[in-house]
Amino acid sequence: MENKVPMLEIENLHASVGGNAIIKGINLVVNEGEVHAIMGPNGSGKSTLALVLAGHPAYEVTEGSVRYDGQDLLELAPEERARKGVFLAFQYPVEIRGITNAYFLRFALNAIRAEQGIEELDTIDFLDVLKEKLEIIGWDESMMNRPVNDGFSGGEKKRNEILQMAILEPRLAVLDETDSGLDIDALKTVAAAVNKLRKPDNATIVVTHYQRMLNYIEPDFVHVLADGRIVKSGGKDLALELEEKGYDWLAPEVAAV
Amino acid sequence: MSSIETQVTQPYKYGFVTDIDADQIPPGLNEDIIRLISAKKEEPDWLLEWRLKAYRRWTEMREPTWANVKFDPIDYQSIVYYSAPKSKKQLSSMDEVDPALVETFEKLGISLNEQKRLSGVAVDAIFDSVSVATTFSETLAKHGVIFCSFSDAVKDHPDLVRKYLGTVVPGGDNFYAALNAAVFSDGSFCYIPKGVRCPLELSTYFRINASNSGQFERTLIIADEGGYVSYLEGCSAPMRDENQLHAAVVELIALDDAQIKYATVQNWYPGDKNGKGGIFNFVTKRGKCAGINSKISWTQVETGSAITWKYPSCILQGDNSVGEFYSVAVTNNHQQADTGTKMIHIGKNTRSTIVSKGISAGVGQNTYRGEVRIMKNATGARNYSQCDSMLIGDKCGAHTFPYIDVRNSTAIMEHEASTSKIGEDQMFYAQQRGITAEDAVSMIVNGFCREVFKELPMEFAVEAQKLLGITLEGSVG
Repeated sequence: MENKVPMLEIENLHASVGGNAIIKGINLVVNEGEVHAIMGPNGSGKSTLALVLAGHPAYEVTEGSVRYDGQDLLELAPEERARKGVFLAFQYPVEIRGITNAYFLRFALNAIRAEQGIEELDTIDFLDVLKEKLEIIGWDESMMNRPVNDGFSGGEKKRNEILQMAILEPRLAVLDETDSGLDIDALKTVAAAVNKLRKPDNATIVVTHYQRMLNYIEPDFVHVLADGRIVKSGGKDLALELEEKGYDWLAPEVAAV
Repeated sequence: MSSIETQVTQPYKYGFVTDIDADQIPPGLNEDIIRLISAKKEEPDWLLEWRLKAYRRWTEMREPTWANVKFDPIDYQSIVYYSAPKSKKQLSSMDEVDPALVETFEKLGISLNEQKRLSGVAVDAIFDSVSVATTFSETLAKHGVIFCSFSDAVKDHPDLVRKYLGTVVPGGDNFYAALNAAVFSDGSFCYIPKGVRCPLELSTYFRINASNSGQFERTLIIADEGGYVSYLEGCSAPMRDENQLHAAVVELIALDDAQIKYATVQNWYPGDKNGKGGIFNFVTKRGKCAGINSKISWTQVETGSAITWKYPSCILQGDNSVGEFYSVAVTNNHQQADTGTKMIHIGKNTRSTIVSKGISAGVGQNTYRGEVRIMKNATGARNYSQCDSMLIGDKCGAHTFPYIDVRNSTAIMEHEASTSKIGEDQMFYAQQRGITAEDAVSMIVNGFCREVFKELPMEFAVEAQKLLGITLEGSVG
């Protein structure tokens, strides 16, 4: 590949929560157009990495740097990161009563458009955008008049994350275990939606425990995280190898780090 | 500070003091003080007697202790019961109102100049113990509507006042109502004649200014047969370290086919973030649907006061009469609110609706207390109650005490309740979608309050939304 444009540059990243070090020196570069999969056993720091990138206040970066489009990402507030195109599909999407899905999404989209200097959408124009995107995940409008994630099943919540991603059109999407809790049909729909949203100038980080999702979202790179560090990187075949052998065979490498 | 906390803490915007000479009586309460207040107001004997009777009842009463609020005992002998800005001469027009007072109300967003007034709203402005101005009285008089200060009503319409005063909230009704009856100094009076739809929104703005004084106003609104009026009250007070008592009484009377809508946007000084100072808002509000097909609606947005103790109620006496109560009560920092309503169904086919939204932030405590009573002869009565609580952060509390007393088996009662919480997770979720924590809280809170705000007149709904934003600012951290 030529003329690679680096979008995200993570250098020697260390992060802790409540004084416990979770991430212990991650280095990773994600270029435009790439899909990276982050895999690893439970407790390896996968979700922490996703939350640190999004700016969750409970996580403290103790060392290292993260640059996003050449800018220091860590100094930006979570909403500023979002407005600049960083999107996190939550592992556990949050319920918000009192706000409809449609209202929430329109507000979010307009916040992002305002940042980009694009005219805000009124209710009617937004509805047009919404209709188009709803098709991608196979929903009708009735889901939009319900409060955000309130009373949604696990699968509906995950679909809702992808719908938000489709509408907000992020530059960098981080999918945190979006596959967990999905049956195979839902997984296919979600993966198809993610693939449809891939563009040469955006990038995706897929955080997952299982290889299953990577059958449908084909990664350019696979990284294995263990005890807060990337212990192995490779192409998509690495995921298959992990599926076959599990994570244990990497233990010596973990110990060697 | 967490993001929730930084949002629900913003300075009180109306805490300034007006420097003005006041005609104040000495602190303390006894029969002589009451005679003095009555004399200052040049009242007829019957009214003085009514006051004294209430006072004697009061001396035998005890403060209610059943409310879910805590405060140090009030020293009723240290309160100044009458404080009025000094007027140099008899006022005959608005131009003669003291400029300092006009400016004070301008600062609060209430223009006493009729030309500059919000179109369609007449205002009675009350400063400490007296009404300083009532706008549009002449316009209203053309329609036969009486809208004036209580003091003027006693002088100009004594028969109406005497006929209705104390008929809904008797002089000895409860401890604070009895205190009010003894010492009330002013308030608003409104009479809508038969078949008249009041052409303007009526409104009273209460301002406490003097220190160590209490405000004890009394409002009486009568809608005669087929009459209609929409009424709104607002209020604010300077920031002071000591607590000040506000013990008001509001009486509403709706005769056959009449309708009264009464809305309150309460923004008394709530005290500082450590709970020092603030107004004790101990208020008795009650409406009587005396006639058939009459209707009374209470809407309240309670954001201020250190302590709120208030239960706007409806006595549904006329057949087919309707009572409504829509409430948003916010407690932030150390604020405490014990508020709700009583719906007493006496007539046949009477209906009532209760929608209560309590929001607690900081270490605030918010209590809904309501009673729905269906009397023996109230055949075909219906009630719908909905009590929703929202908690912001994890140090506040929400409490609900609904009392239901049904003595007629044909009654249909519905009760719904919910509790929700705005937490750090929701804030982060919204922020991750590009929405600031402030916007997220205001979105959630406004969504939560929508059913109540839609009952307010348009301009005030916007005000209420803003006020809610300010009151909760800093609660998200």
